[in-house]
Amino acid sequence: MASERAANFQGPGPDAVWFENVKNGKFRLQRCNHCGKAFFYPRPLCVHCGSADWAWVDASGKGTVYSTSVVRQRPEDGPDYNIALIDLAEGPRMMSRVTGIPAPEVKIGMAVEAYIAPLDKDPLVLFKPAGRA
Amino acid sequence: MAHPLRGAVAVVGIGLTPFGELPGRSHLEIMGEAIHNALADAGLKKDQVDGMFGSNFADPLGAILYPEYFGLKNIKVMDSTNIGGSSFNNAMQEAAAALHLGLCDVALIAYGSNARTNTRRGGGPGFGRSFDAPYRPRQPINSYALAAARHMHQYGTTKEQLAQVAVSARQWAQKNPRAFMRDPLTVEDVLKARMVVDPFGVRDCCLVTDGGAAMVVVRADRAKDFPNAPVYMLGVGAATTHNDISQMPDLTVTAVAQAAPRAYAMAGITPKDVDVIEVYDAFTINTILFLEDFGFCKKGEGGPFVAAGNIAPGGKHPLNTNGGGLSCVHPGMYGMFIMVEAVEQLRGVAGDRQVPGAEIALCNGNGGYLSSQITLVFGTQATL
Ligand SMILES: [Zn+2]
Repeated sequence: MASERAANFQGPGPDAVWFENVKNGKFRLQRCNHCGKAFFYPRPLCVHCGSADWAWVDASGKGTVYSTSVVRQRPEDGPDYNIALIDLAEGPRMMSRVTGIPAPEVKIGMAVEAYIAPLDKDPLVLFKPAGRA
Repeated sequence: MAHPLRGAVAVVGIGLTPFGELPGRSHLEIMGEAIHNALADAGLKKDQVDGMFGSNFADPLGAILYPEYFGLKNIKVMDSTNIGGSSFNNAMQEAAAALHLGLCDVALIAYGSNARTNTRRGGGPGFGRSFDAPYRPRQPINSYALAAARHMHQYGTTKEQLAQVAVSARQWAQKNPRAFMRDPLTVEDVLKARMVVDPFGVRDCCLVTDGGAAMVVVRADRAKDFPNAPVYMLGVGAATTHNDISQMPDLTVTAVAQAAPRAYAMAGITPKDVDVIEVYDAFTINTILFLEDFGFCKKGEGGPFVAAGNIAPGGKHPLNTNGGGLSCVHPGMYGMFIMVEAVEQLRGVAGDRQVPGAEIALCNGNGGYLSSQITLVFGTQATL
């Protein structure tokens, strides 16, 4: 058994760091120092190779829509909205919303870029079509 | 050499409640009716049960609640593993192993739900820690809608083909007096239905009903000592690819692609040997994905396969002969009901919906958001 605790097992864990980063407007991913692959959502061990040797890196924010849907609502509950799966340029896939265009106009394969804003009260990583202000 | 679990255990008792609306009755009361019917069908008394398998989102510690609630005093094996609606299919694998090893002699697998009439119902089941949930996907529909959208994009699957799954299920339901929805349904009706989460309208989605089901399983060596013809488990395979839909590696390929080959290998069969298919059709895309991953058609060809009438009454591959979760019964966790329907088909007692001469049934339980898949092969005495 290893005698030393890996650095990543000490201090605030990956969940806490993720939420702190997003709260501060930063979209960061874990990248494994052993296999070189990035992963999301936050975890203590690399989901690809199991290593505890990883570091936080800034995400490029670039992504592609892998799949998309429109959640239909009764008018009194609010407008219809988009739910999409985004393939990040770094490799991981995440659920999010593509905003700024009507939900049905979000298409699979569309290039998107990340921004951070509150959805209800807590900030989340959201996406808009690439190249839009 | 044959796998030691091939034909090692048999279903000797089945029990159902009425489906649809059972107002004023708790999920445990409904479960009790199913258990009563299953024990009566097997000619057993409750204290002969020594293995309890059951799961419910309402009962986190179900495996100790059920023995207490139903007064089962001789329980030696207890399992309430919750992997979603396939929990009961998973329980069939666990029960078979426990029976085969002699850890118990009479396994009871049971479920009850008042999902339709429970007025105190909160939101849908939460599936634990989730980085998807904060975006407020309408679950579980949303996960399946994303899979359908991807399949449509990648393979040209159409809404009409999805609708054909619902129409075929309804045609079977019309032959089943127990089914909840039996009115005529056309592809046009499905396409015109209220949209819920694109690309799904409400008729692409399973019912929400009350209902319960239970089964008694014993070792094969004593299976002939019961009133009804035993139905043997010939094979089983289990697999999981993810919990949240964002973590599913490929939304067009389910864990059935891993589970089914395991079940076929144990049973010593191929899809050609299957007489009747029962799958967890929570949404219309499920049936298409599972048919492909079972190997009845190539990946991407499930849409045309169902549109050709293969799974409807009179088709070459009768599927969801009770009407399925789409038209017969779906009380939150449907996995129990596919096995009971398979047993009725193999006993030859399915009435107007009976597949003539059915000897081998293929089942697939789905759980979570396409997350867990349990494939089962059942057979009659003649298939041993
Ligand atoms: Zn790694």
